[in-house]
Amino acid sequence: MAGLKELKVRIASVKSTRKITKAMQLVAAAKLRRAQEAAVAARPYSDRMDAVIANLAATMKGAAGAPPLLVGTGSDKVHLLLVLTAERGLCGGFNSSIVRLAREHVERLKAEGKTVKLFLVGKKGYDALKRNYANLIVARGDLVGVRQLAFKQAADISQRVLKMFADGEFDVCTMFYARFQSVVSQKPTAHQLIPVDVAAREGGAPDFGGAVYEYEPDEEGILKALLPRNIASQIFRALLENAASEQGARMSAMDNATRNAGDMIDGLTLKFNRTRQAQITKELIEIISGAEAV
Amino acid sequence: MADKLKFELVTPERLLLSEEVDMVTVPGTEGDFGVLAGHAPVMSAIRPGMIDVLNDGKRSRILVYGGFADVTPAGLTVLAEQAVAEEDLDRASLDQAILDAEEDIGLAGPDQEAAQAARERLDHLKAARDALG
Repeated sequence: MAGLKELKVRIASVKSTRKITKAMQLVAAAKLRRAQEAAVAARPYSDRMDAVIANLAATMKGAAGAPPLLVGTGSDKVHLLLVLTAERGLCGGFNSSIVRLAREHVERLKAEGKTVKLFLVGKKGYDALKRNYANLIVARGDLVGVRQLAFKQAADISQRVLKMFADGEFDVCTMFYARFQSVVSQKPTAHQLIPVDVAAREGGAPDFGGAVYEYEPDEEGILKALLPRNIASQIFRALLENAASEQGARMSAMDNATRNAGDMIDGLTLKFNRTRQAQITKELIEIISGAEAV
Repeated sequence: MADKLKFELVTPERLLLSEEVDMVTVPGTEGDFGVLAGHAPVMSAIRPGMIDVLNDGKRSRILVYGGFADVTPAGLTVLAEQAVAEEDLDRASLDQAILDAEEDIGLAGPDQEAAQAARERLDHLKAARDALG
């Protein structure tokens, strides 16, 4: 029979675990709200950027001097996978679902005979992917100690990606992150960064009642300046979505953990009481039978 | 009173400004240009500098780095990578930042990227100081 003392210790330990998970849940909830606000606040910029790029791309497509960021290098031999994950664990399936999606892509591309390179942002993704694909990892970034995501982090990452592209190290770049749908649902998503996936967001050219859109310096110049910014803006957006998803995933994971701890405490308390009663009954029986024997 | 111009200033982090104003002067790469209500559609890259906003006779200035301005019949939208209102700028800290950037260029040595980044930063800061006048 499990001793009363052991049960008591167990209950105390589960209780303190519950306290921790509860605290983590509350912290995640507060952070989630902030992350969501940041994601919403960043939306106007990337929406405008998307509209402008789609507009320009429509006019530039097919033109001879179109920049490679837009039309690609003309080959798709080398793929760079930019995998964005979190720095911390204990957030349910958040990291592993992104990693799983990335891994599926790696295997598929390998089967097609393509070369795969990995650019990993976030410690958890690195930890998970270095086991199988250590030789494919060409770069890593981290967000350690970043409290509030700023555009600078995205700009740094995009600069490194663009430099690799300029050096001809890859042809196609795909980004992996978790799209934030709701607190309970985050969808791991693959998004093609380079070349720009214009068809995916064709909104039709805006109508200005016949007025001619003027470009300064010219369409090509603007597009050249804009495309790198657009990459940074998309990475920034993905990072924000990722941050919101991470907190959402952690919040629901910790909510579950708190509930499970509660169930466990109930179970253990019941067992504890039963054992205590059984012991008392046993003692009583001993006393009574002792008295009867006299 | 003439019609008002809808002016929006957006940075990657958030929508900074969204208001009806009389006139905005934008530092385009090809030169400054003023935008009034009913301006023809233009898309222009911008250089680091001051955006001048005129509203009801009051002037306010905002320092912007990198981005572009989009004029449509609906209004003017400036997408800037960074934007700081003039009130938040202060000469002394700007000068200090310029000194730091110059030092960084010296320190960067063979690291091309770092030197380039520092040089860019320096250009931005100098543009800001010039704009402050």
